[in-house]
Amino acid sequence: MSELNDLYQELILDHKRHPRNFRDMPDATRAVDGHNPLCGDQLRLFVKVVDGRVEDVSFIGVGCAISMASASMLTETVKGRTVDEAQRLFADIHDLLTSAQPRVDPAELGNLGALAGVHEYPMRVKCATLSWHTLDTALTSDEDSVTTE
Amino acid sequence: MISACLVEHESGEPIQESFAGGVSMNAIVKPRSAAGWDVARVRRDFPILDQEVHGHPLAYLDNAATTQKPRSVIETMDQYYRRDNANVHRGVHALAERATTAFEAARESVRRFINARSPREIVFVRGTTEAINLVASSFGQGLREGDEIILTAMEHHANIVPWQLLRERTGIVLRVLPITPAGELDLDVLPGLFSARTRLLALTHVSNALGTINPVEKLVAMAHEHDVPVLLDGAQAMPHMRVDVQALDCDFYAFSGHKLFGPTGIGVLYGRESLLEAMPPYQGGGEMIRTVSFEKTTFAGLPHRFEAGTPDIAGAIGLGRAIEYLEGLDWDAAQAYEHRLLECATDRLKEIPGLRIIGEARDKVALVSFVMDDVHPHDMGTILDHRGLAVRAGHHCAMPVMTFYQVPATSRASMAFYNTVEEIDRLAAALRHARELLA
Repeated sequence: MSELNDLYQELILDHKRHPRNFRDMPDATRAVDGHNPLCGDQLRLFVKVVDGRVEDVSFIGVGCAISMASASMLTETVKGRTVDEAQRLFADIHDLLTSAQPRVDPAELGNLGALAGVHEYPMRVKCATLSWHTLDTALTSDEDSVTTE
Repeated sequence: MISACLVEHESGEPIQESFAGGVSMNAIVKPRSAAGWDVARVRRDFPILDQEVHGHPLAYLDNAATTQKPRSVIETMDQYYRRDNANVHRGVHALAERATTAFEAARESVRRFINARSPREIVFVRGTTEAINLVASSFGQGLREGDEIILTAMEHHANIVPWQLLRERTGIVLRVLPITPAGELDLDVLPGLFSARTRLLALTHVSNALGTINPVEKLVAMAHEHDVPVLLDGAQAMPHMRVDVQALDCDFYAFSGHKLFGPTGIGVLYGRESLLEAMPPYQGGGEMIRTVSFEKTTFAGLPHRFEAGTPDIAGAIGLGRAIEYLEGLDWDAAQAYEHRLLECATDRLKEIPGLRIIGEARDKVALVSFVMDDVHPHDMGTILDHRGLAVRAGHHCAMPVMTFYQVPATSRASMAFYNTVEEIDRLAAALRHARELLA
């Protein structure tokens, strides 16, 4: 197993301690609840999509360092992107964390590449992908909640 | 370190590591001596304990989830499949005879171990969960809309959900005995919960999330004053204390083999014979019948009426062997030793900044549930695992308990008689490391 510091990188700890865009969004166009029943992680993701672009994104919730940091980094990265770009990011993150041989180079994902260490911790992958599944649901379906089951 | 954990030196005699907290230790440690407990020797009986995890010796502190198995259990099951495997209660060939004899001998071992009056009172099931489902389904058939069952706020989901399913089928009413902030049952409330419609009190003997040992003898006596039978969930009690169902005077007692140093897939429902006799079958099939025609089926006697289908024969035999192993131990010394582990873990963990122990009942088994400021239990689980420490993180299938304490989850270190003070020291050091890393 890799070093613990590969999982809890400084960047991840910073987002855990100071989550970005951690707020309610009264004028959101979509609000979706994400729930990981296995560990109880729970978050609500807000997006404001205008003309096919994610104008604003925020979240509230409770969870482990990995899930909180992943959600925080998601909001930083996705804000201002088009819906198509956001969905491609979701696909990349999913590939990075769950594929036996990820095709994505973490270096090309900027800050999000810090999540790559989660790949070595199968029991924790769902912590990192929870917010991304919630985003996917917000952007592509009418469901108001999603679970990692 | 100022806590005064007693440590075993090489001869096995306990010595006091530090006298800084000696006064309180003298007050806490029961007069029973753990001097006869040779933990190094006991550990050699459990082959799985001798391994490294992530470069550290395994410290298995997740015994409330499942316990490890002594070599004799593993070998007995291996031998059964190599030599004796056949189906039970049918066939007249030699292997069928051997398998049946061993299976029923295991039932007798269980009877002896919990001091039931008769093997007719020992029903083999898959585990505690199935045992409670059996009672909810079968005993529950006799209940009517408006009948009441009393549960407690510290139950495992296995002693909540079966009754909710019964409620959906029959319209029974569930009443819940609350707990105190210390994690003890609020006994003052109990008398007011009994009514003329109360049909059962179902509660856990020992809480899996808090470690609390409930005063079940007293509770059984109170219930019987109201002519209410009592079901005890003994899953967490059995590995830590000798249980005598006649002394407890309980009506049902459920437990799992795998938490009692036996295999998974096997468990026991003890039922008072007069109650079991009056209960309809649970599942239908082979093993549980006397005669079958398309017009009418007559059912087998106890306990087979409740054991439809081919049972987990190897599992039952393995459980019987686990019981024989436990019967060979000095139980008083084991309990005194476990008590010392609990005191040591409690003292060590209390010294750690930002750590809060969840469940501080006066009477506990060797289990410590805790939360740490700014460190989520799942991060804690990963960090501890990195140091070879196996603990459980989560809601422990007791979400009402988590809700009561307003925590999403806890970390839980649950010990058995093969754990050591040194492992607890490693746990304490790793907890401090987790706090430094994440907080």
